[in-house]
Amino acid sequence: MNVLAQAHTDVGNPILNIAIFIAFVVVTMGLVIKASRTTKKASDFYTGGGQFSGPQNGFAIAGDYLSAASFLGIAGAIAVYGYDGFLYSIGFLVAWLVALLLVAELLRNTGRFTMADVLSFRLKQRPVRMAAALSTLAVSLFYLLAQMAGAGGLVALLLDIEGTTGQAIVVAIVGALMIVYVLIGGMKGTTYVQMVKAVLLVAGAAVMFLLVLFAVRGNFSQLLADAQAMASNSADETVANRDILAPGAKYGISGMTRIDFISLGIALVLGTAGLPHVLMRFYTVPTAKEARRSVTWAISLIGAFYLFTLVLGYGAAKMVGPDVILGAPGGENAAAPLLAFELGGTVFLAVISAVAFATILAVVAGLAITASASFAHDIYANVLKRGNATEDEQVRVSRITVVVIGVLSIVLGILAMGQNIAFLVALAFAVAASANLPTLLYSLFWKKFNTTGALFSIYGGLISCLLLIVFSPAVSGKASSMFPNADFAWFPLSNPGIVSIPLAFVLGIVGTYVGRNKTEDPFKQAEMEVRSLTGVGVEKAVAH
Amino acid sequence: MTTAAPRESSVPERRIPSPQEFVDMQASPEFQELRSRLRRFVFPVTAFFLSWYALYVLLATYADEFMATKVIGNINVGLILGLGQFVTTFAITALYVKFAGRELDPRSAAIREELEGPQQ
Repeated sequence: MNVLAQAHTDVGNPILNIAIFIAFVVVTMGLVIKASRTTKKASDFYTGGGQFSGPQNGFAIAGDYLSAASFLGIAGAIAVYGYDGFLYSIGFLVAWLVALLLVAELLRNTGRFTMADVLSFRLKQRPVRMAAALSTLAVSLFYLLAQMAGAGGLVALLLDIEGTTGQAIVVAIVGALMIVYVLIGGMKGTTYVQMVKAVLLVAGAAVMFLLVLFAVRGNFSQLLADAQAMASNSADETVANRDILAPGAKYGISGMTRIDFISLGIALVLGTAGLPHVLMRFYTVPTAKEARRSVTWAISLIGAFYLFTLVLGYGAAKMVGPDVILGAPGGENAAAPLLAFELGGTVFLAVISAVAFATILAVVAGLAITASASFAHDIYANVLKRGNATEDEQVRVSRITVVVIGVLSIVLGILAMGQNIAFLVALAFAVAASANLPTLLYSLFWKKFNTTGALFSIYGGLISCLLLIVFSPAVSGKASSMFPNADFAWFPLSNPGIVSIPLAFVLGIVGTYVGRNKTEDPFKQAEMEVRSLTGVGVEKAVAH
Repeated sequence: MTTAAPRESSVPERRIPSPQEFVDMQASPEFQELRSRLRRFVFPVTAFFLSWYALYVLLATYADEFMATKVIGNINVGLILGLGQFVTTFAITALYVKFAGRELDPRSAAIREELEGPQQ
């Protein structure tokens, strides 16, 4: 077993891997440069001029959403823990119904560039915008560092770099590329990169799915049996004792891990509709109807993809085995690339790895543009300059912000290397669901909701969530923590959602009650509601 | 972007309704109808899929034995319920798209036209 593990760690041909990856970068860079020729106004930079069609945007959403967490993280978690990894994909998918039914169309009709546009529509502009922008930045940074950590892990496998320095250099390269994409192409260029990537990723996963099914002659039940047999033969006793076909391998250990799992489940299902980079994608289409179509496309693509990853995960357990996966540089996150190597050898591994890289790059670019738009449009133009900044100034500030965010995420990404990416992304979901979703829903559906309520909910959700993460085992106290040598983890759950999300919802109500005597503009509430349901005031679809 | 033009105007840009017009429209029966149709669909459906998801998560957390019950070959209850989540997600998406196209779009288009003048 150990000999096998050694043999399989040196997988692929690093030069081929790099060549295919460079080919992807060259092609997408061409697209981005082409898109940049028509990127002139602020609306081009932030929303691609709002001219994408529903299906196009659906692919871009899938490209934005199916991050390295979905591909590497979930496949790896299924391969090692079995069923508990599958639970991630279900949360990630069902969450889209919240976006489809409650948020996407209404948001498209009321906002222009950022989530804060909607939140501050009928409330006091500056304080609410500031709060919404801060939480946008927080969520984006968390998400970014998860992606960066994924990049480090992936390259560790491909180039067989064990040392942290080598991985750190790769993280820096990914960060630099991301900065270039966004600076040149803006939202339009980024959207093209995401569409290309979504096609490659879903197609790559589909091919692997078919190859795995072919290997077991279409017998899914047999695949499960073989996967379990591999796990039971593991040299590691903990792994060998797992029933990977039933829930509980990862989260069923104690009462506390079970609650942690419920917490994760809540964060996943409520997080998506509060993710600023997902919300911003709804502005790249011209109408609410197109927003609906794009979500429908996204749900189909994302759903199909998660069905593929279920088979990929068990396929990796069967054909690669948990021992080899855990022994590889990159650990769990290496399961999908290792499976590709088993299925199609060096070339296929190189292709799949390039796709995974592309995945990280595209998601990172989308996050960077969201965070920079929020800083420039919300904080700089509306809060600091009180709405007196020209669009050119806004775009210039955005470009500077992209560089700052890029550097920041490189540093944080290096700190987070080695953690399961899906787990890190789940923290970003928890922040999004706590800080953004309650205010978003209240301002769309609750007439009496007011500024105090929004501030209570956003800051309460954001601060409680961040504090609980800082004092959780994710940051300190365990070998897998960010700071394994320190221990200040008094909060037992690694995902804070179960506390911070309900708290933020309650704080929204409490705040509204506290601030009930302060006057809000009654006309604005009417305008927002009428606009959100009918699309009055939205620029027309036709080019002008 | 748009300038306030008279209601019957046929200039290419659509007019912006006044604040009072928004308030009047919000109170109008046609808008109330649109609003209640939307809410009567999305609130119960959201309650349904969130409860079904919660049930699934709770079963996965506290009923491992039940979820591990094999049904067909090695395929157990847990997998079937998990795939069931996929099925309901796809089904609700399809239902909503149909509902919105039939019940919401014509109503909202009519209101938009009333406030902004006819679509160019």
